[in-house]
Amino acid sequence: MPVNLFDLAKTFETRAEDVGLVQGHRLCPGCAAPIVVKFSLMVARKLGYEPVVALATGCLEVSTTIYPYTAWTVPYIHNAFENSAATMSGVETAAKALKKFGKIPQDKKYAFFVFAGDGGTYDIGLQSLSGMIERGHKVIYVLYDNEGYMNTGNQRSGSTPTGSNTTTAPVGKVIPGKVQLKKNIVEIVAGHEYVYAATASISDPNDFFAKIEKALNFDGPSFIAAFSPCVRFWRVPDSAANSISKLAVETKYWPLYEVDRGVYKVTRKPRQFKPLIEFLKPQGRFKPLLSRPDAEEIINELQEYVDRRWERLLILEEATKGKYIR
Amino acid sequence: MYNIDLKKAKAMTGAEAVANAMRQIEPHVVAAYPITPQTPIVEYFAKFVADGVVRTEMIPVESEHSAMSAVVGAAAAGARAMTATSANGLALMHEVVYIAASSRLPIVMPVVNRALSGPINIHCDHSDAMAERDSGWVQFFAESNQEAYDLTILALKLAENENVRLPVMVNLDGFILSHGVEPVELLPDEVVKEFVGEPNVMYPLLDTEKPVTYGPLDLYDYYFEHKRQQVEAMENVKKVFPKVAEEFQKISGRKYDFVEPYKLEDAEYVMVALGSTNSTIKYVVDWMREEGFKVGALKIWMFRPFPKFQVQQYLNGRKGVIVLDRSASFGAEAPLYEAVKSALYNVTIRPQMGSYVYGLGGRDILPEHIRSAFEDAISGNLIVDEQRYLGLRE
Repeated sequence: MPVNLFDLAKTFETRAEDVGLVQGHRLCPGCAAPIVVKFSLMVARKLGYEPVVALATGCLEVSTTIYPYTAWTVPYIHNAFENSAATMSGVETAAKALKKFGKIPQDKKYAFFVFAGDGGTYDIGLQSLSGMIERGHKVIYVLYDNEGYMNTGNQRSGSTPTGSNTTTAPVGKVIPGKVQLKKNIVEIVAGHEYVYAATASISDPNDFFAKIEKALNFDGPSFIAAFSPCVRFWRVPDSAANSISKLAVETKYWPLYEVDRGVYKVTRKPRQFKPLIEFLKPQGRFKPLLSRPDAEEIINELQEYVDRRWERLLILEEATKGKYIR
Repeated sequence: MYNIDLKKAKAMTGAEAVANAMRQIEPHVVAAYPITPQTPIVEYFAKFVADGVVRTEMIPVESEHSAMSAVVGAAAAGARAMTATSANGLALMHEVVYIAASSRLPIVMPVVNRALSGPINIHCDHSDAMAERDSGWVQFFAESNQEAYDLTILALKLAENENVRLPVMVNLDGFILSHGVEPVELLPDEVVKEFVGEPNVMYPLLDTEKPVTYGPLDLYDYYFEHKRQQVEAMENVKKVFPKVAEEFQKISGRKYDFVEPYKLEDAEYVMVALGSTNSTIKYVVDWMREEGFKVGALKIWMFRPFPKFQVQQYLNGRKGVIVLDRSASFGAEAPLYEAVKSALYNVTIRPQMGSYVYGLGGRDILPEHIRSAFEDAISGNLIVDEQRYLGLRE
């Protein structure tokens, strides 16, 4: 039986330090990133793996390791911003080599995790990530996608959605915020052929756990794109990370699916979808857009876009059924 | 100074010599990216891996930035890890070169010196190494292929010493050494294996029983102290290196030091330089001595930490000191000249000094050029801080 929330809660309720990331860190109240980390590490722990963690520079990194303190009870390395995948490639290879040289027992079960934000993944770290996947390192790369450079105060990234208000692509009198579309990172990763790629949301823990479990069991690189609301710069209440995540899934904004060696599977198909506006409206980052005179037109365009993308996913799911690349 | 036993020596390029040092060290992990003129090192080593001559795991990374990043990860994990690069590759690594040093990871990296872009050029100069001189790495410069081989082995032992724990660059001149064939005496494999021994691993990331945090956020309350510790580690190099050199002499018969004096006993005019040009300088010294000129040379083997004391000892009281630089520092003195001049600030009898920049982008340096610089000194025509050029069309 796959791991589930009840199981994990019971296992770790009295042993919180065993999860790997403990209290005392300085992330904003309501931040989704530590939930993403804990969901990932709990599954690894539960299944008997020893997690080793690499972080890209970002919110999660600066808030959890302020010297002389650390919130990590598992081995942790931070190198720089753009190179977490390359750094972990080195760690993972070292483990392989040290086993070969007889320095580490053969049966030692490591789980190598990278946690990186969207800046470190979609933008500056894309090359490093691509190299890691192409070379086939057995690493689980978990993206916590808060759709912008939130650590430096809400700047636009390749992941920032159209119309969002950021400090480097602000909604102005002439330009309506970010005009480009968000990069489709899962497709980019899935294009590496031998890789397990999936989206995940903290609002659906069991789906999240199942994907981490699958990644752990996969004999190659894995990539989990976890939706990670930034309550601070998305301008939502501290308590909203979960509800916004849920809306993202229910409005087709953040479909839950996976691409396993080329085979698409939509892992959650809501019976009824909500209109995209329900996802946009509660978030302050879209407020300037929504108050523009041409707001309706832009929202309609975005609605069409998410609809088309959903249709495309279903087609791909149908077309690739059972057709593993390798 | 050493003599190579030609019966035991084999003709090989610097790249092959360095690759053989790496083979004998047999690091757990090598991560590298090809760049001219470093490429043959990686090619030779990849062949050793492919043929099962070494058990090393090789990571054929997608850039030098990732090469250094992976090596940092592997070294932190508890592995002996190496890479090699040149010029733009080293510049691309730059950010992580600093991180490797501040993380106190004993990584050894041969650097095949090549001019930095732009304009793009693939030939030898020292602009690549000089751009890293404040990165916190120990920097050796090899004169010959034999030295490149020896220093690579010696560097590992120095880097891993518990009072040092710093990364080391072994610089060898691009093409001149990397692709030039010379006789090289390789030590027996088992002798090298015994010399380098088991790696001295401290705080391995892969020890899940004792989890450690590498690379924390270090703010104004501790960063400064950590930098001070790095300064201290560099100072320790000066204490540890002579011991490592002595151990190396025992297995090889070859003696290394911070600097190498050449015919300095009665020399009035001394030329100071890095790398392979020292061979040409020695040739000119011999040539001019035959004519009765009291000239000599001082080779700088270790550029970082800078052997100030030895430089003072050898140059105090000379009539003239000529410093040759294979890189320029735009808007300031050339790097080696600056270091030597600074060292001579507090000697009792300061020599006349001259700065000569030569060989940028692989421009040939001829015995006549070196002789002309010596002649400037002998004729009393050295002007302190006047930067002159050898082999340049004005």
